Amino acid sequence: MKETKKYEKTKRQEWMSILAKADPKLLNRLWCDFSDRPSWTNIRAPETGMVMVRGKTGGVGTTFNVGEMTLTRATVRLDNGISGVAYVQGRSALKAEQSAVLDAMLQDDRYATSTFTSIIKPLEKAIKKQKTTAGKKAAKTKVEFFTMVRGK
Amino acid sequence: MYVAVKGGDAAIENSQTLLAEERRGDRRVPELTLDQIKNQLSISVDRVMAEGSLYDRDLAALAIKQARGDIVEAIFLLRAYRTTLPRFGNTHPIDTAKMQIRRRISATFKDLPGGQILGPSFDYTHRLLDFSLVENSDSPVAEEASENILAEMPRVTELLDDEGLIEKEIDVNEQEPFDVTRNSLKFPASREARLQNLARGDEGFLLALAYSTQRGWGKTHPFAGEIRMGEVGVEIIPEELGFPIEVGEITVTECQMVNQFKGSATIPAQFTRGYGLTFGHNERKAMSMGILDRSLRSKELGEAINAPAQDEEFVLSHSCNVEASGFVQHLKLPHYVDFQSELVTVRALRKATTFSEKKEDSTGSKNVEGAE
Repeated sequence: MKETKKYEKTKRQEWMSILAKADPKLLNRLWCDFSDRPSWTNIRAPETGMVMVRGKTGGVGTTFNVGEMTLTRATVRLDNGISGVAYVQGRSALKAEQSAVLDAMLQDDRYATSTFTSIIKPLEKAIKKQKTTAGKKAAKTKVEFFTMVRGK
Repeated sequence: MYVAVKGGDAAIENSQTLLAEERRGDRRVPELTLDQIKNQLSISVDRVMAEGSLYDRDLAALAIKQARGDIVEAIFLLRAYRTTLPRFGNTHPIDTAKMQIRRRISATFKDLPGGQILGPSFDYTHRLLDFSLVENSDSPVAEEASENILAEMPRVTELLDDEGLIEKEIDVNEQEPFDVTRNSLKFPASREARLQNLARGDEGFLLALAYSTQRGWGKTHPFAGEIRMGEVGVEIIPEELGFPIEVGEITVTECQMVNQFKGSATIPAQFTRGYGLTFGHNERKAMSMGILDRSLRSKELGEAINAPAQDEEFVLSHSCNVEASGFVQHLKLPHYVDFQSELVTVRALRKATTFSEKKEDSTGSKNVEGAE
């Protein structure tokens, strides 16, 4: 039982992260194309605030405050009572509300599979593609320095 | 004492309209879009976010547009805006070891696991004006290597750590870290308070002070152990969920300065650390921060304190360009009453002097009256 719950959590953590990192324009397009949606009510209307980003000295030591970043959160409830939560970077109320609805839909047996396939998968693919391109472009600038021996 | 003045509404309003017109410039030239600023002036955006102490590319771009490219003014705008937002909480400390690296170099080791990644850098450019940019040109598209870079690159400091050649970085703080935005800074300041202050401090001020240490004003013998730039995930634990979620990704620059230390009665000779971390791509700032973090540790390491860059009160009290700019520029505001009282005093003093020293010559004070 506990194991299952943990697994669920991990999956949910993954899709929440994908939604948070998704390009808002792409998310909106996929959202509009996905017409089979339940109705929902806002439990907590989208609200923009900040979180204090923290770092560690030397990357590993004492925690310190670096600066804040904007964040928008929203909570919704579907017609059948399942609730969804979103915390997404930036100030887009639309993205936060869409993400919260999708979070609920992904926990709802009626929509879980189709939502995952039509929304999460393409978002994940786009993020991965962007990362791979950036990584390979960086790799192309890998340098070998030689130390020169003087004299002789 | 400053005494306020009233009036001037119409002139102020007209001045602001004129400012708006000047901001727009020649109307035959297309207006700048925020997308253009975000994409093509990305380093300006990075600086405004770092010193504005708010990571939001859209807001930083807007601030730059509104401030007509005046970066310190844009920082002020962003700082003012952030005070209107509620704070939802704190993030987990970002893990720079898991950074999606776009640049990573070391000036201390040429061969390191993962290699030296130059990334997009001005370093090896010739600093010659590129006239091909005068006209809109077809910018080249960077090539991709067949292999991706190493997923997780070890930090250079960890290589030294293994041999015990560098001081250990230990988490000494059990409580919440000091927050300079919520509490006023007290001296002596903790290292975490200093680092937060430096992270939002003025790049020019930090650069000049770091430079002063290199020129002998509190020398710390730094090496750029490692500089890395790229994207890191930001994680929070929302109360209602109780488990961590990644809420986004930010670009940061990290600098690990490695400094000579000859040791003390209790510590063997080893390298010491200075740490710099900034929002966005900003190596000049991250390096300056790393050098200053180390120079401000002089007292802790038992070194003589004889230079400005080692004096934490001097450094930390003057690093904020919003405060500095405000206090210097407030001198432009009407000080009429203030100045009148000074005038009265100076006149009185002069009268007294004239009377005692030049009794016979009364024209001096008359001339002053005439000059009013």
